[in-house]
Amino acid sequence: MTSTTVDTLRFATAGSVDDGKSTLVGRLLHDSKSVLTDQLEAVEHASRNRGQDTPDLALLTDGLRAEREQGITIDVAYRYFATARRRFILADTPGHVQYTRNMVTGASTAELAIILVDARNGVVEQTRRHAAIAALLRVPHVVLAVNKMDLVGYEEKEFERIVEDFAGHAAELDLPGFTPIPVSALAGDNVVDRSTRMDWYEGPALLRHLESVPVGGDRSGEPARFPVQYVIRHAEIRHYAGQLVSGTLRVGDRVTVHPSGGTSAITGIDVLGEDAREAYAPQSLTLRLADQRDVSRGDMITTGADVPALTRDVRAAVCHLADRPLRVGDRVLVRHTTRTVKAIVKDLAGAAELAANDLGRITLRTAEPLALDDYADSRRTGAFILVDPADGATLTAGMVDLGEPRSPA
Amino acid sequence: MLPRHAPSHLDALESEAVHIFREVAGEFERPVILFSGGKDSIVMLHLALKAFAPAPVPFSLLHVDTGHNFPEVLDYRDRVVAAHGLRLHVASVQDYIDRGVLRERPDGTRNPLQTVPLTEKIQAERFDAVFGGGRRDEEKARAKERVFSLRDEFSQWDPRRQRPELWNLYNGRHAPGEHVRVFPLSNWTELDVWQYIAREGIELPEIYFAHEREVFQRAGMWLTAGEWGGPKKTETVETRLVRYRTVGDMSCTGAVDSDAVTLDQVIAEIAASRLTERGATRADDKMSEAAMEDRKREGYF
Repeated sequence: MTSTTVDTLRFATAGSVDDGKSTLVGRLLHDSKSVLTDQLEAVEHASRNRGQDTPDLALLTDGLRAEREQGITIDVAYRYFATARRRFILADTPGHVQYTRNMVTGASTAELAIILVDARNGVVEQTRRHAAIAALLRVPHVVLAVNKMDLVGYEEKEFERIVEDFAGHAAELDLPGFTPIPVSALAGDNVVDRSTRMDWYEGPALLRHLESVPVGGDRSGEPARFPVQYVIRHAEIRHYAGQLVSGTLRVGDRVTVHPSGGTSAITGIDVLGEDAREAYAPQSLTLRLADQRDVSRGDMITTGADVPALTRDVRAAVCHLADRPLRVGDRVLVRHTTRTVKAIVKDLAGAAELAANDLGRITLRTAEPLALDDYADSRRTGAFILVDPADGATLTAGMVDLGEPRSPA
Repeated sequence: MLPRHAPSHLDALESEAVHIFREVAGEFERPVILFSGGKDSIVMLHLALKAFAPAPVPFSLLHVDTGHNFPEVLDYRDRVVAAHGLRLHVASVQDYIDRGVLRERPDGTRNPLQTVPLTEKIQAERFDAVFGGGRRDEEKARAKERVFSLRDEFSQWDPRRQRPELWNLYNGRHAPGEHVRVFPLSNWTELDVWQYIAREGIELPEIYFAHEREVFQRAGMWLTAGEWGGPKKTETVETRLVRYRTVGDMSCTGAVDSDAVTLDQVIAEIAASRLTERGATRADDKMSEAAMEDRKREGYF
């Protein structure tokens, strides 16, 4: 647990109301011995106050007053735990339809999503929605956790029926694949330890799967993308500060600055105060360039021939998040990497408007060009949000779709 | 194929936190770092120094002084401010009590009294981004906090109205009078903070290490005897070998029995502990099931 070399899995959970998601998360934390004595005592105390004789593990995660009163999860909660094999950041996201945007929030940074279904109800509309979001946000790994197996007699055929049903939807959604696991969060079957009540299941318990799924693709071999966050001026020298999203930068590399298209060369790299010859994604660093050119926050520095598309016409898949609908003709702000530009909603794939939690397709016309990658190539330089210029509200999550495969520049 | 460059988890956390500091520098006019002299705010300041090197940190510091702070911590605070040439703002709970605006609570605990001086200082100085050292692993209400957390003109937190926060696209837009609380250590755990302190060789106030101290027991915690109102007649002072896991107001921050005098010993002790840092040392969180949520809603950090 104290080792600094273990990797981290960021994952998200999604499930409909009453699917037992909070109980599953509580069980995962409890059975992996990630709950400390005082937290457990607090849950035992609160459970007793509610007249329950066994600790309600859902209370480990449902921390807000309204959540406890209503027995539902309202907002994303982030949990941290570790085993000997791996560290985990869990985005525990609510499943209720009015909180779909919170699943989008959790899934945007997740490398794995657990989609929970109640074995008695099988695949319901919310399950399909969760699968669609996982597919849209390109979460690399999906687990279908069929919960409450204890309530269907731990029957293999019940499990198989749901898996088949889900597989049909997954194929339609272009979901890359998924791992089905039969569990009972309440009884603890196949959560941390393999259950003895489902001999027919030959796969791993959930935690073992979470520990072994490959994570954290090394992005240093990809084309370099360096969005400029901030310019540090010191002793007449301009240092361009940012986090390297992908690729590798070396002193001497020729660079292109977008959107101006100007070129220069890297004369120095500092990785948080230390002089370096080269730097790798995802390091935060500062660059110095040969020319004292006009580079500012919002610009994108790249190297090599594989450059982003520079365009004012942005096509994307979107999930609308705000209660006010998004309509053709709306004036919005696009926030892409460190750049914010004005834009007009030109088209919504024929739809008159997008309501809260709608998934759709959009075309925007921006006031200035953006340096875009396809979301399929980069979850960072292919993602944007729309912001309401009037009150700053976050309106919509966008995933760039450049359409035609680009020819090398 | 290039060799694999897998950052250690501390490198990844550091890089993410620095990214957050630079976003604020790029987007806001008047940011300030809440600085208590506790380990989390010390790590925050260290990260900010790295984020803007070789230039100085473009933010000032704000300390909410409860009037019952540990003298060792105030001494540390003043040394750090001087060493880095920083500007320190102080919001004083004692001033508010002296002016009759706030009233001392019967239990002598001043932590809940910090909210008013904090929020009034933010308004008076027109701070638009306020960095806090809060971590999501600390407490169940904090687990629901965004990295950029919009607060209204009353500094209130409304968990139902939080902005969705996607990828690392932090939205800091706000209306005049509103501000954003920013938590660069959101994804750090207590152990991460200590491991980072050890890796970076960061100096801490000495109360974080085992030392002999006059303490007395109240509600299962070892509290420091002092002018703030303890011990009562029924409570007995004894000298024990203790250290602190958190730094806060003396009236509600408990010490833990410990013989850890080095960083490695502290890390080993925390890794083996079966209590959370707040469970072990914070009386104010035990006031009710949702004590932290209630204080956060009112504008607490």
